[in-house]
Amino acid sequence: MRRPARDLHPGAWWLWALGLAVAASLTTNPLLLVVLMAVAGFVVMLRRSDHPWSGSFRLYLVVALVIVVVRVVFRTVFSGVATGDVLLDLPVVPLPGWASGVRLLGPITVDSLLAGLYDGLRLAAIVVCVGAANALANPKRLLKSMPPALYEVGTAVVVAVAILPQLSDSLRRVRAARTLRGVPGGRLARLRGIVVPVMEDALERSVALAAGMDARGYGRSAAVPPAQRRTTGALMIAGLLGLCVGTDGLLDGNAPGWLGRPLLLGGALVALAGFVSAGRRVQRSRYRPDRWAPPELAVAATGVLVAVGGHFLIGRDYAVAHPGIPGVPPVTLAALLVLLVGALPAFVAPPAPAVGAERVSRPRREVAA
Amino acid sequence: MIELRRLTFSYDDHTAPVLHGADLTVHEGELMLVAGRTGTGKSTLLGSFNGLVPTFTGGRLSGDVLVDGRSVLHQPPRERAHLVGYVGQDPSRGFVTDTVEEELAYGMEQLGLSSETMRRRVEETLDLLGIADLRARDLRTLSGGQQQRVAIGAVLTMHPRFLVLDEPTSALDPTAAEEVLATLARLVQDLGLGVVVAEHRLERVAPFADRMALLHGDGTVETGAPADLLAHAPVAPPIIELGRWAGWQPLPLAVRDARRYARGLRATLGDAPEAVRTAGPAVLEARDLRVGYGHVVAVRDVSLDLLAGRVTAVMGRNGSGKSSLLWALQGSRPRSKGSVAVGGSDPARLAPDERRRLVGLVPQTPADLLYLESVDAELAAADGEAAAPAGRARSLLDRLAPGVDGTRHPRDLSEGQRLALVLAIVLSSDPAVVALDEPTRGLDYPGKAALATMLRAQAGAGRAVLLSTHDVEFVAQVADEVVVLADGEVVSSGPTARVVAESPAFAPQVLKVLGRGWLTVGQVEDAVREQVP
Repeated sequence: MRRPARDLHPGAWWLWALGLAVAASLTTNPLLLVVLMAVAGFVVMLRRSDHPWSGSFRLYLVVALVIVVVRVVFRTVFSGVATGDVLLDLPVVPLPGWASGVRLLGPITVDSLLAGLYDGLRLAAIVVCVGAANALANPKRLLKSMPPALYEVGTAVVVAVAILPQLSDSLRRVRAARTLRGVPGGRLARLRGIVVPVMEDALERSVALAAGMDARGYGRSAAVPPAQRRTTGALMIAGLLGLCVGTDGLLDGNAPGWLGRPLLLGGALVALAGFVSAGRRVQRSRYRPDRWAPPELAVAATGVLVAVGGHFLIGRDYAVAHPGIPGVPPVTLAALLVLLVGALPAFVAPPAPAVGAERVSRPRREVAA
Repeated sequence: MIELRRLTFSYDDHTAPVLHGADLTVHEGELMLVAGRTGTGKSTLLGSFNGLVPTFTGGRLSGDVLVDGRSVLHQPPRERAHLVGYVGQDPSRGFVTDTVEEELAYGMEQLGLSSETMRRRVEETLDLLGIADLRARDLRTLSGGQQQRVAIGAVLTMHPRFLVLDEPTSALDPTAAEEVLATLARLVQDLGLGVVVAEHRLERVAPFADRMALLHGDGTVETGAPADLLAHAPVAPPIIELGRWAGWQPLPLAVRDARRYARGLRATLGDAPEAVRTAGPAVLEARDLRVGYGHVVAVRDVSLDLLAGRVTAVMGRNGSGKSSLLWALQGSRPRSKGSVAVGGSDPARLAPDERRRLVGLVPQTPADLLYLESVDAELAAADGEAAAPAGRARSLLDRLAPGVDGTRHPRDLSEGQRLALVLAIVLSSDPAVVALDEPTRGLDYPGKAALATMLRAQAGAGRAVLLSTHDVEFVAQVADEVVVLADGEVVSSGPTARVVAESPAFAPQVLKVLGRGWLTVGQVEDAVREQVP
């Protein structure tokens, strides 16, 4: 039976991905890390949509690879330990006295390479997990799920995100147009010939968008009694003050105890109340909001499970979590199973809908390539 | 009922007011056409209905705007959103979300409507506009006509009582324009909406209009029945020009009415004379040209000869590959197959500087070429770039559009003047072929006639002229040959009279009325003048 396709709540994907990232941060065991990355990649392959942002996963893979390579190279250049089999016996570059403790080059050993690799893999795995979340969750819908008080901020971010591809479009168009009238003399003039039309275009677009949003009711004010407005303001300021003084009290060892934690907590609570009160000011409803249906809960649960299970079954087992450099890293069945739980969303989550299926025959606005 | 009363608007105290004591009343259930020459304040008038003027334009507005007798003058656009729906010139620039369904719901979210109401209205609107199959589509993947209908739907879901549209069909091909106008007519008929439309191409909208508002350019507005106002309006579609010339009373707005009047004229005119235009040798030869990006083939195996002294028009639906063809012929866009030769050399293999001596191209957005603060500076830069003697570009501009003030900022010029400026810059390198991508956007009838004269003069000087356009009336005026593209392939090509007669979508009004190869009113006038000396 085919389940109907739909977008999962972006929050669920992020919880899942963060769970995996927590598990990755607990270990330097290369086998486990590779399994973890494979699990994340597997879910992305099966459940990503064909939205533009879904292609970003490849970018994160590249970044992960770069991280591993850089880490290994650093380990060989600034080789700290020189134990194990020597692969390449490079001379140690003598450094002046003030740089003592740093060793430049020197013999490259298997151990130093592996140590770099293991370390790099851990960071790479975390990056891959974040990349998976980015590829699976619709960033705009994530912003839509923000509390009402942050609505304006969310809209600004959405608009900024939308402007970027438009800017690159208009940059391409103007650059093509530049070749039509010859190249002006200096570098500055050449730059100006591109920057001026692109900025003019961007400005015009922004005004058009602002006008479009305003004409469609963006920023309509709800009838808020002045008393409530004042309450909101007072709550916000009081909360902020509490947070500031509380933080100061916590960090300053000489401050009395009540200035620390209690004030910080109280400030946070008051600010939260202000937030809720500010949210009431926004008279706005949400069309088909993302709901937490069973698939969302299941996906989020797998993330939590991987993180908690990883803590007990990998993090507590030092031999598995941080294997010694020489020899094959040990792996327990329990540790593997915990990570494989992370692959369940590939089956639990509904498939993503095809939005751009017709993109191939896309009658795009013709611009010069 | 929405009323503009004694409306006066000016940008500052020093310039003449754009609107001066303008009065206009729009009732529910009627379609009001706003017409006038470029720069007479059509957009200003439209923007004052929902408050975009003066909120987003600056300037000072006096007078009053009344909805059912209640003043809304001091309410910003957002507080009028539920009363007046506004669709701007380029709908894609006003899109806030990224899918059709979310875009339709956006306005209702701002009004704070309940979830059930929103669901119901989205479904109703999808059906009303015939875009239900597009609901999950990404807005950027839609065609121009689809985007226009989504933009209309996005304001309809707020159940406004009036709908204001600024040039809703100017960027659309003839078929898509028909669809959008049919949709508007249906909104007036079925929902009783008051619709206000500003449009340059009166031939498209006039048959649907109940009343018309004519802007005279001195800030005043005259309202009346379209046929009465068009009798003396400075902007008139070909069918009206024909009617005025032939003395038909009352003036016909639709082709069907004009045909009835034209029975006698058809008999006396007979067949249109075969257009004989001498043409020089082929300046540009393209063979089996193919252009593609990704999986999409934009131009498929097109072969084309451009002759010196000829004007060739490329027509076709939005996205049929017209622009791609122009850019590939110019040599800036890489082709995947085929050959292009201009005087024996391939422009794609040349440096940009030499390329533009062969083929000059005016892009769809001419302003992309402009970056300096005054017309004089632009012209001087053009002379420098083309290594031409100083003053050459200026003399070109004076021949194209006499009397453009050199100290003005290029952005302050009218659309027609700006186009002439860019054309002068492109011509300063003296190319053998001149190509123009959609040059008639934003031009009124006199503007288009001026452009036609410019292009004919270039052809007369021995250049080959190529243009892509949706504007069938302009093609009838200016083109010797027409190439029709569909899906990147040439579906028909040949002399203008033959090609446009073959497909009703591309036939100009005069041909629809008179048939037998008559394309323009000027042609008919000349023929009659010769018959009766």
